[in-house]
Amino acid sequence: MTRRERTVDVLVVGAGPAGLGAGAELAASGAGHVEILEREQVAGGIPRHCFHGGFGTGRAGGAVTGPGYARQCVAAAVGAGARLRTGITVTGWAGPRTVDTTGPTGLERITARAVVLATGARERPRSARLVPGTRPPGVYSTGELQQAVHLFRQRIGTRAVVIGNEAVSHAAVDTLRVAGVDVVALVTDQPPSLPTALAPLLVRARHRTPLLTHATVTGLTGRERLTGVGLRHHDGRTTTLPCDTVVFTGDWIPDHELARRGALTLDPGTRGPAYDASYRTSETGVFAVGNLLHAVESAGTAAAEGRAVAAPVLRRLATGGWPAERPALSVDAPLKWIAPNLFDPDGARPLQGRFILRTARRLPRPHLVVGQDGRVLHRQRLLLPAEPNRPFRLRADWLDRVDPHGGTVRITAV
Amino acid sequence: MTPTVTTAKDLVHSLPDGGAAAYDVTVIGAGVVGTALARELARYPIRTALVDGSDDIGNGTSKANTAILHTGFDAVPGSLEGRLVREGQRRLAAYAAATGIPVERVGALLVAWDEEQLAALPGLLAKAERNDYHAARIIDAEELRAREPHLGPGALGALEIPDESIICPWTTPLAYATQAVRAGVHLHLDCRVQQIDSGPDIHTLTTTRGPLRTRYLINAAGLYADELDRQLGHDAFTVTPRRGQLIVFDKLARALVDHILLPVPTAAGKGVLVSPTVFGNVLLGPTAEELDDKTATGSSAEGLALLREKGRRILPELIDEEVTAVYAGLRAATGHEDYRIRDYPDQRYIAVGGIRSTGLTASMAIAAYVTELLAATGLALGTPAELEPLTMPNLGEASPRPYRRADLIARDPAYGALVCHCEGVSAGEIRDALASTVPPRSKDGLRRRTRAGGGRCQGFYCGAAVRALIEEATP
Ligand SMILES: Cc1cc2nc3c(=O)[nH]c(=O)nc-3n(C[C@H](O)[C@H](O)[C@H](O)COP(=O)(O)OP(=O)(O)OC[C@H]3O[C@@H](n4cnc5c(N)ncnc54)[C@H](O)[C@@H]3O)c2cc1C
Ligand SMILES: Cc1cc2nc3c(=O)[nH]c(=O)nc-3n(C[C@H](O)[C@H](O)[C@H](O)COP(=O)(O)OP(=O)(O)OC[C@H]3O[C@@H](n4cnc5c(N)ncnc54)[C@H](O)[C@@H]3O)c2cc1C
Repeated sequence: MTRRERTVDVLVVGAGPAGLGAGAELAASGAGHVEILEREQVAGGIPRHCFHGGFGTGRAGGAVTGPGYARQCVAAAVGAGARLRTGITVTGWAGPRTVDTTGPTGLERITARAVVLATGARERPRSARLVPGTRPPGVYSTGELQQAVHLFRQRIGTRAVVIGNEAVSHAAVDTLRVAGVDVVALVTDQPPSLPTALAPLLVRARHRTPLLTHATVTGLTGRERLTGVGLRHHDGRTTTLPCDTVVFTGDWIPDHELARRGALTLDPGTRGPAYDASYRTSETGVFAVGNLLHAVESAGTAAAEGRAVAAPVLRRLATGGWPAERPALSVDAPLKWIAPNLFDPDGARPLQGRFILRTARRLPRPHLVVGQDGRVLHRQRLLLPAEPNRPFRLRADWLDRVDPHGGTVRITAV
Repeated sequence: MTPTVTTAKDLVHSLPDGGAAAYDVTVIGAGVVGTALARELARYPIRTALVDGSDDIGNGTSKANTAILHTGFDAVPGSLEGRLVREGQRRLAAYAAATGIPVERVGALLVAWDEEQLAALPGLLAKAERNDYHAARIIDAEELRAREPHLGPGALGALEIPDESIICPWTTPLAYATQAVRAGVHLHLDCRVQQIDSGPDIHTLTTTRGPLRTRYLINAAGLYADELDRQLGHDAFTVTPRRGQLIVFDKLARALVDHILLPVPTAAGKGVLVSPTVFGNVLLGPTAEELDDKTATGSSAEGLALLREKGRRILPELIDEEVTAVYAGLRAATGHEDYRIRDYPDQRYIAVGGIRSTGLTASMAIAAYVTELLAATGLALGTPAELEPLTMPNLGEASPRPYRRADLIARDPAYGALVCHCEGVSAGEIRDALASTVPPRSKDGLRRRTRAGGGRCQGFYCGAAVRALIEEATP
């Protein structure tokens, strides 16, 4: 086996908004040789195939489309002097900060002084959701659907059902429309949400598509082609929606293979690497940013984290320091996760001074309590309801009350 | 010789002498058994056809099993199945080594979870001896725990079968078919046999692509072998499909298990196993459900719940891992604890039925045995020739895949251009498969030849790109 052995100062794995943001800021702030590796032929990550607007600005329907945003991110990184290499896959670890890569130019073994993982997140497929039935063609995730329609102009089908009711589900509906597919319904197992009796109407107004709430998918039918999606409604009724296409949207999982193969500690809630506000994982010299940490936030958030990792990386290159033990931050059900989820002993604050959280079930006016070893550190009432699959935030101004040598910091909704 | 693989169009143009002559032998069914037969017959100077109703070889039960190369330690002693499994295991292990079919000799542990099962182990050991398998031994709870540290609590001991192996279920029939076709066997796909009319010298098969004439006939139609057998006037067996659902877990679960963990068979049934796969995943299954629908290859909520419950007992951490795929296969059960292979010399016909749950392992031995029967029926086979050696693309994790081979990539950069990231499949491998002797005609066919699209993301990243490559190659 002949691998070309190389060294760089900072190696960024993944050229989505997060990795490109990191590469841009690191190169601009003099981190030395900054190299970004991207396994796809074209850099930009998920936004490459999101042809709707609303990127970067945080405003839905804003002017910048996904591909446009991806190009901006690439231009910023390359313009700042980062070396961006596409078509190169990181296939595994050969040491603490040494990775193996494969590309058309051959095999390499790259050692870095700091590694930034930015491998993103994906939607869980039908199989992972254990949806029974047959395995016919016509079953998609949003990621595959968007690429099929926008990048390859492939024929999709005539009648589709969309599983999920998050932002990405509505993006899937839009993409299906572009492809000339009738959308029969959006289906979610969540109860109808209020203020919010309005929500189904709003959905219908936006898409002219019915939203079926409180419905679980019981199976797929069809052999040569999908013929229907079976549903069980809240009242026990079962129905089959005839269709030739189904899109399983949302239900994200971080693409954590490299993180796990590198023995990074995962947060049980996010299933991404556990990390502190300086984006430091459990492994010395290994940072992580973007949706690998929290599936999923907006591209703007991912890019901002990428830029924000530059300062702690530079500190690491300068001082070589790394925290040993840090108390974990952990949530109680029905909260699902909090990010960051390690206490930062160096006093760094999360992005915009706030933690991001998720809940499994709707909380009308959640009252969040933060405690450690029986001590209450902070209480906060949120003004808006917390909804499943939507971010809500917790202030971070209580962090100086955390005992850095104490136990797990628990966040509870009461 | 230009290989003859036909699809879609009328058969007549590709038949011997433009349909004027008949085939000497026609094998119905291109599963692992039919392809093995076609390969065996390809050694002889006779005109052989292999026909299948599907658009690909190996697209029936042969694509959906647990992929274990059995030793036959637990066969019914003295049965034909027992003999052919033992012989088939030796033949296929050697063939796999020669052609590059992935095989890993991981060994099996029959784990006893209660006193009754523990008490059954010596009987199973004795049975293995009667089946001429002498390497089995009983290990105690401590050794078991040391060898499988992630096993659930309560395992009392195990019977170790060091030679049970895992094999690639897709490369095996593909290797057979490729070698057969290269040696001159005609492969007709999309060619379902609807009716058989038998004259004094010739059988005329009415197929979905027109008539096909043959002197000798071998029925290797798997689940449908009974129906064809009845067309020839017999009432020898009835196939009752027995469904086996399986769950494939993420590659990140592979480190949890080192052996095939077999259940101890009890009066209550065979139970489910946990096994690594040659692709580096972990399998949990199968269920055993008697059905009457020969097309019921779907999974069910009850089946998956049952598997997860059993799996949680065997390997608790497995259940927390992500599921990559779920599938189901149908065993061709006949209510009889042996194969149903029978020759009808007067009819120039051999039925190869009831190849239930060991057909992958036994395939080469079944082929040799049936070929002997065929010779005995009076067909002059002629002198066998050596087949052109074959090297199959490596889909297994035990030896380096192309993306880890600097030599291959240096020669052809396409092997370094990854398309399917989860499974590490390069553009070069996909291109090769699309241009191969028996090419795929669907995404599923390509997945079975390369693993493309078979990983944890199930096409989120590469599905559209893979489809584009197929559509480019097949106008
Ligand atoms: C359908 C859809 C619609 C969306 N709409 C919006 C929107 O309107 N507005 C908005 O702000 N956000 C939107 N988002 C979210 C946004 O796309 C993500 O937040 C953003 O892409 C996350 O960036 P990232 O860099 O963390 O990950 P990604 O964009 O996923 O990038 C990760 C990159 O890492 C690469 N990679 C992974 N593993 C390896 C490896 N081993 N070696 C080399 N490279 C590797 C991948 O190929 C990928 O390019 C949407 C997402 C989806 C799926
Ligand atoms: C859950 C499960 C687990 C198993 N595990 C193992 C294992 O670990 N090891 C092992 O050795 N074996 C195993 N087996 C058994 C093994 O898979 C089968 O014995 C083997 O695949 C049977 O091959 P076949 O060629 O007889 O049948 P098939 O693969 O079903 O092939 C029959 C072919 O005939 C074609 N056909 C049918 N009717 C017609 C017609 N009228 N005209 C034209 N074509 C027709 C079909 O399209 C099909 O391709 C398992 C089976 C199951 C179901």
